[in-house]
Amino acid sequence: MARRAWYLLLALPFIALLDVPIYDRIDPLFAGIPFFYWYQLAWVLLTAMLLGVVYLATRVRGR
Amino acid sequence: MNVTVTVFAILVLAASALGFTATRTKSADLRDLQEWALGGRRFGTLLSWFLLGGDLYTAYTFVALPALVYGVGALGFFAVPYATIAYPIVFLFLARFWSIAHERGYMTVGDFVRGRYRSRTLEIAIAATGVLAALPYIALQIVGMKAVLSQLGGFVAIGGGAMPLAVAFALLAAYTYFGGLRAPATIAVFKDILIYATIIAAIAIIPHALGGWHSIFAAAGKALRTPLHRQPLLVAPQMQFAYATLALGSAFSLFLYPHAITSLLSAKSADVVRRNAALLPLYSILLGIIALLGFAALAAGIHAPPNEIVPILFARFFPPWFAGLADATIVIGALVPASIMALGAANLFVRNVVAPISGKIPSSNAATTKWLTLAFCALSLLLVLYMNVKFAIYFQLLGGAWVLQTAPTIFFGLHSRSMPARALLAGWVIGMIAATWFAVSDGFSPLVAIHIGAFGLVGFIAVYAVLINLAVAFGATLLLRVRLPEREPA
Repeated sequence: MARRAWYLLLALPFIALLDVPIYDRIDPLFAGIPFFYWYQLAWVLLTAMLLGVVYLATRVRGR
Repeated sequence: MNVTVTVFAILVLAASALGFTATRTKSADLRDLQEWALGGRRFGTLLSWFLLGGDLYTAYTFVALPALVYGVGALGFFAVPYATIAYPIVFLFLARFWSIAHERGYMTVGDFVRGRYRSRTLEIAIAATGVLAALPYIALQIVGMKAVLSQLGGFVAIGGGAMPLAVAFALLAAYTYFGGLRAPATIAVFKDILIYATIIAAIAIIPHALGGWHSIFAAAGKALRTPLHRQPLLVAPQMQFAYATLALGSAFSLFLYPHAITSLLSAKSADVVRRNAALLPLYSILLGIIALLGFAALAAGIHAPPNEIVPILFARFFPPWFAGLADATIVIGALVPASIMALGAANLFVRNVVAPISGKIPSSNAATTKWLTLAFCALSLLLVLYMNVKFAIYFQLLGGAWVLQTAPTIFFGLHSRSMPARALLAGWVIGMIAATWFAVSDGFSPLVAIHIGAFGLVGFIAVYAVLINLAVAFGATLLLRVRLPEREPA
């Protein structure tokens, strides 16, 4: 896969976090925490993982 | 003397002592600006992670963020999406900025503008904006320290904590002057370990003591409910756009501040920057937990000035010695960014405001920058001690809206064919005026409603201003291309 295609993965956190209506709700709760909060915290981890994947996939050795 | 204050004082002094160890480095000539201001651009992945984490997640964050959630509920949580989408931006754009800066020897954003656009006017404009945005940010670090000191009581709270603040800041100015960036980098490792310890303890102890997250959210929701705001644990539909623009605008602003660029450029390779983009979100998890402490304070029935709720929570739920450690964490958390902000702002001012005005090429000698760093520390301390804190907060808000006006110049400058300097300068002027107008006309609120006919949309002033900025810059680019077809854009 071309490098540019991998970079497209990094658009996902922007869509997931800037489209507020998709997560602005209470249910389902997780460990008593409303969806609004745990969804955004989960995206912190997902973003870190996406960045890790894109880093490994686009890395140029010896640079 | 009580245990909390003793532990607190020992840890803060230990952190300062660590700062001084960096002034005795044998491996580098600290008279050279590159060594002094950027640590010789030699920091690897781990040290960069500690340094950037210690630099970006400031004490003011730890104090103001839960204070915001405590005051307004869900809207205050925008810091979490902000501190998440900032990292794809680092990965995609700032790693490239690092490469260009490394190749051409740029040390500041101002150097970058001079090199890419060959315009010293634009260089001065962009650099002055960064300096203006950094100064109130340093002042707010002191506000964060003050909140802790006044809660601690004992000898540290005498005169609203003015004495210990002055001492801590004098030490900070001294180790920054002698050690440069290596001083805050050394303290950052200590700071970050304390932060992780404090937050892990907070999440293990506080929710349990308050009957679990479910009852915390139930109690907080009840405490925040007003007749107008019936769902305080969520963002009201008419505020969702505001929430998104606050996150997006802040994320693009983050690395336009001089302290963030300074830490970024001290990395030893673009790969270190990219790896850190994937590793730094770990701090954003902490940030989210800290924000939730605002709800814990509501559930615990704490009634206090919002800035003081975190130290109050520590005092109520932690054993005295650990409360001292947690309070020291916040104060040490202020020292690292304050030091880098003073250093970064001084470097930017000397190289890209003073040098172009006096028609000189920036020197590689650190002497002037070191003196100016001391002056910026003193200025910020005076700002907090002798002026209204509210003034510092308003000034900081304006600084945040202003700094985003440098985004078009920086981000477009990453591509070889950017817009002409004159077009970007026009956009910057109008953007600065618009940002100031939005802030001042609405009593220094970060949000403003734009009305188009009957349709009104509430959004972040910095984002509205930068949209106007971009429109002007594009318009001016088209005009210049039509009028001067034979000339290459400057």
